[in-house]
Amino acid sequence: MSDIQLWTTVFVVITFALYIYIAYASRVSDTAGFYVASGGIPAPANGAAVAADWMSAASFISLAGIVAFSQNGYAGSVYLMGWTGGYVLLALLLAPYLRKFGKYTVPDFVGDRYSESARMVAVVCAIVVSFVYVAGQMAGAGVVFQRFLEVNNTVGILIGMTIVFFYAVLGGMKGITWTQVAQYTVLIIAYIIPAVAISNQLTGNPFPQIGFGEILDQLDGLQRDLGIAAYTEAFTQTSRLNMVLITGALMFGTAGLPHVIVRFYTAKSVRAARYSALWALFFISLLYTTAPAIGAFSKFNVLNQLSGTPESQAPGWYSTWRDVGLIEFTDANGDGIIDIAAAGSAANELVINNDIVVLAAPEIAGLPAPIVGLVAAGGLAAALSTASGLLLVISSSVANDVYYKKINPRASDKEQLLVGRIAMAGAILLAGYLGINPPGFVAQVVALAFGLAAASFFPILVLGIFWKNCTAAGATAGMVAGLGTTLAYQIWTIDIYGNSDGIFGIPETGFGTVGMLINFAVTIVVSQFTTKPSPVMQQLIEDVRYPGHTKLTAAHMKGEVSGEELQERDSSVLLDEDEDPPSRDR
Amino acid sequence: MDSQQRQQYWRRNLRLMAVLLTIWALVSFGCGILLVDVLNQVSFLGVPLGFWFAQQGSIITFVVLIAVYVWRMDRLDKEYGIEEYESEVRH
Repeated sequence: MSDIQLWTTVFVVITFALYIYIAYASRVSDTAGFYVASGGIPAPANGAAVAADWMSAASFISLAGIVAFSQNGYAGSVYLMGWTGGYVLLALLLAPYLRKFGKYTVPDFVGDRYSESARMVAVVCAIVVSFVYVAGQMAGAGVVFQRFLEVNNTVGILIGMTIVFFYAVLGGMKGITWTQVAQYTVLIIAYIIPAVAISNQLTGNPFPQIGFGEILDQLDGLQRDLGIAAYTEAFTQTSRLNMVLITGALMFGTAGLPHVIVRFYTAKSVRAARYSALWALFFISLLYTTAPAIGAFSKFNVLNQLSGTPESQAPGWYSTWRDVGLIEFTDANGDGIIDIAAAGSAANELVINNDIVVLAAPEIAGLPAPIVGLVAAGGLAAALSTASGLLLVISSSVANDVYYKKINPRASDKEQLLVGRIAMAGAILLAGYLGINPPGFVAQVVALAFGLAAASFFPILVLGIFWKNCTAAGATAGMVAGLGTTLAYQIWTIDIYGNSDGIFGIPETGFGTVGMLINFAVTIVVSQFTTKPSPVMQQLIEDVRYPGHTKLTAAHMKGEVSGEELQERDSSVLLDEDEDPPSRDR
Repeated sequence: MDSQQRQQYWRRNLRLMAVLLTIWALVSFGCGILLVDVLNQVSFLGVPLGFWFAQQGSIITFVVLIAVYVWRMDRLDKEYGIEEYESEVRH
């Protein structure tokens, strides 16, 4: 066993033991604990959990490489802005109000605010989006096991499944949340340490966000010499319009993703929900401002150390990563020298996998083996934390929105909890299967999930809160229209279905913004011509906007008033109790 | 809160949101994308300014925007005599 394997094993065993201990210490016995941790998580911890939930194996392992290599710098900004900017929308437009509404899932809000058929559409959307995502996480965990520990991919995924099974089934949202706090800590340390070391080495400044500025000028020059468009130059890969559309789809999609939104139900209060959003974006920004710096440093290192170098004299890390297939060198002109040119041109002989940027960074910078092991544990933490959050969305959608609300409304809390645990176990098995046998199109579909979330959920959630006259028929029509057009456009454009250029050259990843606008337009127009929501519903939406509780919001939160009762026309009897003004405060 | 206070509270909340979301759009879509080539003529911390906004500045601004929102909403709540306590748990 090499030094690196030894240290990786040590870190993986320590972190896994920690996760299991936390799961045992925070096991739950009721549905409120299982779905939303009894709404009792303090804001900074909730923020760290959101951050861990949000930052997947792809953020941790691939983001820096995508920005620096496949997107050549500037074009990669869509991911950096898109995957952080959505939190501003969440914090201002959704989190406080959904927390005040106080249910367990996104379909719960849709079902209570609009109608039962809208709830079912939302359940299907939530489950599809979550499964697409979770398959990618399991595969990511398998990759880390395989590369660092030389464990078989399937065995790696099985180990990951067992760990998730243990803390997710036992502890539900409570176990998942506290484990995610630990996972965030592991992954951010594993990300920052190599970044600081490399920044210090290259620029003499330990802050990667500042050292970044000192390397870009040289990197631009280096790329120009090789005939590659400058790293910082705009619109060399993606047009202005598409930059706007893709960034928009990622931002609005972020604000519509069920596994992110559900996090704000776990906060202690509306105020805590606002603080959770702040903490979450702060924790996320630590990684997202470091990623473009690591990307630029690594690209500089790779170009500097490899370009024009005879392969026989290449540094040690080159052969390590070439052997596992993350670096491909084809000596096209047969001179034994590594020639680098613009990607895709005939003169280019080197292809770098995006994942290498983070995984190989410690080796390229010559850092000791324990740090390499730490990075592996960080990658696993990122994959497992995101997987568990998604699995919870699936299990709570099945147990709460389908079983309890549709099949057996008289189920006791114990029965619901059991169904939730069984659904969780089933979801883990299915996710593991998808991770071991990934359908060929998973990678493409993950990128598209954001467009689908933007086009289906975001408009009807925002309108549901900010427009009292938004009707059930309007929202259902809007969701179907937004989702339908976006899905149709995506299927028509993605490579596997015929590689069409689309309309006006809009890529499939950017169409979500258009689908979202269609959803908004359809919802607003149809709402004008359909029956307005009941007076009680309008009162509830009104009450959700202010601090403190009225009898109506309190009764709704406690489940004494169901969505159907709220939607009935003659439900205004419920309002009578509410006339006494002092009861409105607190 | 009586209904007039509620209206005032909501209007002030909406105004705060409008200001913050305008800045949000200006920084990301404006400085990071639409005006990027103009801003790239200027250098900031050694980075072309438009590129800096797209990869660093917008993210930092987003954090600041939410911080301002949280702070102003806390103040607004206090002004109207409502303080939600951390102990509040309703489910």
